[in-house]
Amino acid sequence: MYPPRFDYVAPTSLEEALDALAEHGDEGKIIAGGQSLIPMLKLRFASPETLIDINRLPGMDGVSEEGGTLRFGALCRHNQLGAHPLMTSKYHVVAEAGTLIADPLVRNMGSLGGSLCHADPQADWGSVMIALKATIVCQKKGATREFGAAEFMEGIFTTKLADDEIVTEIRCDAANGGFGSSYLKMERKVGDFATCGTAIALTLKDGTIASAGVGLTAMGAKNLHAEDAEKVLVGQAPSAELFAEAAEAAVAIADVREDSRGTPEYKKNVLRTFMKRGLAKAALRAQA
Amino acid sequence: MEPSEQKAVRGVGHSVRRVEDDRFIVGRGNYLDDVKLPRMLHMAIVRSPLAHATIESIDISEAMALEGVVAVVTGKDLEAHKLAWMPTLSGDTQAVLATDKVRFQGQEVAAVIAESPYVAADAAELVEIEYEPLDIFVDPYKALENTETIIRSDKEGQADNVAYEWEAGDKAKTDQLFAEADHVVKLHTHYPRSHPAPLETCGCVADVNGATGKATIYLTSQAPHAHRTLFALVAGLPEQNIRVISPDVGGGFGNKVPIYPGYVVATAASLLLDAPVKWVESRSENLMSTGFARDYHMDGELALTSDGTITAMRCHITSDHGAFFADAQPTKFRAGLVHICTGSYDMQAAHITAKGAYTNKAPGGVAYRCSFRVTEASYIIERLVQNAAYELGMSPVEIRRKNFIKKEQFPYTSCTGFIYDSGDYDASLDKALEMLGYDEIMAERDAARAEGRLMGVGIATFTEVVGAGNSKEYDIAGLKMFDSAELRVHPTGKAILKLGVQTQGQGHETTFAQIVANELGIPPEDIAVGHGDTDNTPYGLGTYASRSTPTGGAATAVIARKLRDKAKKIAAHLLEASEGDLEWDSNKFVVKGTDKSVSIQDCAFAAYTNPPDGEEPGLEGVHYYDPPNMTYPFGAYAVVVEVDPETGEWEVKRMVAVDDCGVRINPMVVDGQIHGGLTEGYAMASMQYIHYDDDGNCVGGNFIDYLIPTAVETPKFELGETVTPSPHHPIGAKGVGESATVGSPAAYVNAVLDALQPLGVKNLEMPVTSGRVWEAIQAAKAAAE
Ligand SMILES: Cc1cc2nc3c(=O)[nH]c(=O)nc-3n(C[C@H](O)[C@H](O)[C@H](O)COP(=O)(O)OP(=O)(O)OC[C@H]3O[C@@H](n4cnc5c(N)ncnc54)[C@H](O)[C@@H]3O)c2cc1C
Repeated sequence: MYPPRFDYVAPTSLEEALDALAEHGDEGKIIAGGQSLIPMLKLRFASPETLIDINRLPGMDGVSEEGGTLRFGALCRHNQLGAHPLMTSKYHVVAEAGTLIADPLVRNMGSLGGSLCHADPQADWGSVMIALKATIVCQKKGATREFGAAEFMEGIFTTKLADDEIVTEIRCDAANGGFGSSYLKMERKVGDFATCGTAIALTLKDGTIASAGVGLTAMGAKNLHAEDAEKVLVGQAPSAELFAEAAEAAVAIADVREDSRGTPEYKKNVLRTFMKRGLAKAALRAQA
Repeated sequence: MEPSEQKAVRGVGHSVRRVEDDRFIVGRGNYLDDVKLPRMLHMAIVRSPLAHATIESIDISEAMALEGVVAVVTGKDLEAHKLAWMPTLSGDTQAVLATDKVRFQGQEVAAVIAESPYVAADAAELVEIEYEPLDIFVDPYKALENTETIIRSDKEGQADNVAYEWEAGDKAKTDQLFAEADHVVKLHTHYPRSHPAPLETCGCVADVNGATGKATIYLTSQAPHAHRTLFALVAGLPEQNIRVISPDVGGGFGNKVPIYPGYVVATAASLLLDAPVKWVESRSENLMSTGFARDYHMDGELALTSDGTITAMRCHITSDHGAFFADAQPTKFRAGLVHICTGSYDMQAAHITAKGAYTNKAPGGVAYRCSFRVTEASYIIERLVQNAAYELGMSPVEIRRKNFIKKEQFPYTSCTGFIYDSGDYDASLDKALEMLGYDEIMAERDAARAEGRLMGVGIATFTEVVGAGNSKEYDIAGLKMFDSAELRVHPTGKAILKLGVQTQGQGHETTFAQIVANELGIPPEDIAVGHGDTDNTPYGLGTYASRSTPTGGAATAVIARKLRDKAKKIAAHLLEASEGDLEWDSNKFVVKGTDKSVSIQDCAFAAYTNPPDGEEPGLEGVHYYDPPNMTYPFGAYAVVVEVDPETGEWEVKRMVAVDDCGVRINPMVVDGQIHGGLTEGYAMASMQYIHYDDDGNCVGGNFIDYLIPTAVETPKFELGETVTPSPHHPIGAKGVGESATVGSPAAYVNAVLDALQPLGVKNLEMPVTSGRVWEAIQAAKAAAE
């Protein structure tokens, strides 16, 4: 498998990168970890004239929690997030997704921003960011736009991102007390994309659910925002019955087809099961 | 030379570290794609996106216009050289480049030869082909019923889609036993299409030198000598001018036994362009167009008496071969050795029938880590026996014991004509159950069931037939299935062993040296093992069907013994004793009753410096070994699983594998072979298959869809052994490369079925995906309501 011919530039500052993007327009393409783009090139599904490598941009791979905001640089690698002490101790939904994506080789290279921009409905980060109600920051020469995660992803491999924009940062509200989250994923083997994934974030206050975020992987044409399930949860005390009801609300929006992973009935059943298990796990963490 | 080196002779039975591993681990192997020759050109193949369509036109002008393109070859060009079609190893024909129509998605239609692989890939996209779609058949049953659309319209007299028909056994006697049976157990099941998927894909570098006339073909080949002969026959090249070199091969598993169109086109192109031409498949090309395995639809039946004695077996097979009947198998046996399907059980008669279908799928039917359809055979009998146990209310252990061929019945002639060399099936089952702690496990299973958990225990007690031939019955494309070894002992007592077989990971460079060490007393590290280069090795049929140790290993032992006999004459001369007074003691000849001795190294030195009068100097020779019979490895596998009733996922809790492959040359290498086979068996049982949608699109043409388990999913294996030597093999060894792939799928599936048995689930098809398990549970629950 050999990609078509392309040119390659490797800017060393955001400014240079934005200039390059402006110059090449829709013939330029950003490359981050390359773990989606390079396969696309080799399969000849994509044939950009110029690759703009953003791996040398400084300061785009940090994680911070300051002033009530949790920030992720777009170049955070899957592995970095999976192993980050803040994630493994507090934001379990991030840590768990970070270790369930692909295999260690891909996780060392692949980036959070790249995954969101690639917008594969079977990819995991989009659901996590929906659950965290995150904001995606897109920058171009002289302008910045921000989108909610659910709004950013439009459909299979399509997003709000314009040709001349770079995603620089993803941020969300930092959690206070009573926060618990989980990511569950069914994969047939390590390195497999999800048959079903559930990203859940709950905040408990005085024994009731004050806020809920639910994102679903591989359940439709994009990572789905299970708003109805969230509505079922908010204001209620956690219980098995409540979780079952929320699970049904999530199943109601699933739009899945038969393939070698199973029938639509089966996939919905996995979603139902994972919703219940994932909510229970998140609630337990919120109570801890 | 100075007195004998007294290094330890680590012959048979020692876990010598594999000598080939160092170069692989540090990246200094030499695989096909590492071969780079001056002036070398690169080839890319243009493939059909459609499963069945006539070719209306091919326009190569744009591709030819691209800078760096040297030639574009189509079927018409090959036709002019009578190379548009080639024979398959099953006596059928296969299109090299399609001329009339395409018959499967991914079929070879044209080839681009260019100065770089990048340019070749670019130009391949510029070849314009117009197709006219035809009706597509992906279901073998539908293809067989149909007489309107003839997939093989190229074959004169072909009025349907039947590839072959074949039978074995005794129909009348079998029918009679079934009529008299107290009980008949039936199972219809599909052994799905899988692919060997070696880590290294197939490829070649063809270097036909216009000045010398010599054709050197570097080839990912499991059978370099046979391939050379076929090149001579197909391409009409003089055989002495053809040299096939199979460099380090990154796995074969049967996938590298056939000759593929790419090899023929590259060779023809090299001849016409007078430059070396390299062709290396991509992963998808490998999965979508080269030899698949299995795809057997089987209707099996057992006739039993009320006490659980199996009297007879019937099996009808509908085999799906895709567009060309390209099984790699002995000529006489159209369905391979599937008639070994009576397995480990003593029965009075069997009747096996098979009918092959042409369909619009990739051709093949290679023996994926299996001796010609033994995997399918073992699967159907082990599934049937477990079903019989359930239906008769017996335990799966009891029914096996009752019907096993007993130790004293060997050599045992089976009702389909195999002569089993040796076996002790009770001993291997005993061992497996003991390792498992069978009674405790069953108690645990029953307790789990009482809690509503789905735990199951599955058993498979398989018998294989491996090591083809004898040459009377077994040949590949007419070439008799013997094998050979050439041994040269140098003056300093070091040796070179050259083989007709070809390693692709089996560890021949280590284990065959140990055979020499065992017989001739030269330590393995002093022996270099050569293979894979037809100019420098004796003729042989290659490595597949677990045949290397039974044939090439036997040849090695015999030639080492012949040299030892000669060394004895030299020793007698050196010791001034008569041959009759000498005794062999692992690496030296001793004068009986004295401490006078000479080592094998002393004899080797003398063979060149001081040979006895009248004795031919030197210490070397070659032996061609034609085995008197096949060998019959066997074993008992037991698997414990637990199924998640909510998601259908199943987890292997225990996997105990007791193998009997006769004498073990290198126990560590044997364990490695078994680990690999158990993993591949698990893959087939749990996740792996290639299927086609109704439009003939291949689903499974990449590693996203065709799953290879990693170390994480792979169960932990507990290995055990019994040793029942082969009575006819010089060192008592049987083949072991394939036992675990053959024996284990049924054990895994039986375990999941056992877990679901309380719910009334009767059948599960491989791969037993979590989705299929869940659907089966739902269906059983619905039926119970
Ligand atoms: C074998 C394998 C298994 C995988 N399994 C999974 C899995 O289980 N779950 C999962 O979620 N993913 C999986 N992936 C995909 C992987 O996570 C990718 O790393 C990820 O989708 C893309 O990130 P990247 O940094 O590699 O992006 P790239 O491949 O470099 O780029 C992807 C796309 O995003 C654009 N892009 C990248 N960064 C930016 C940016 N900062 N601003 C604007 N545009 C940008 C690029 O132009 C391109 O269009 C798998 C990949 C492989 C190869």
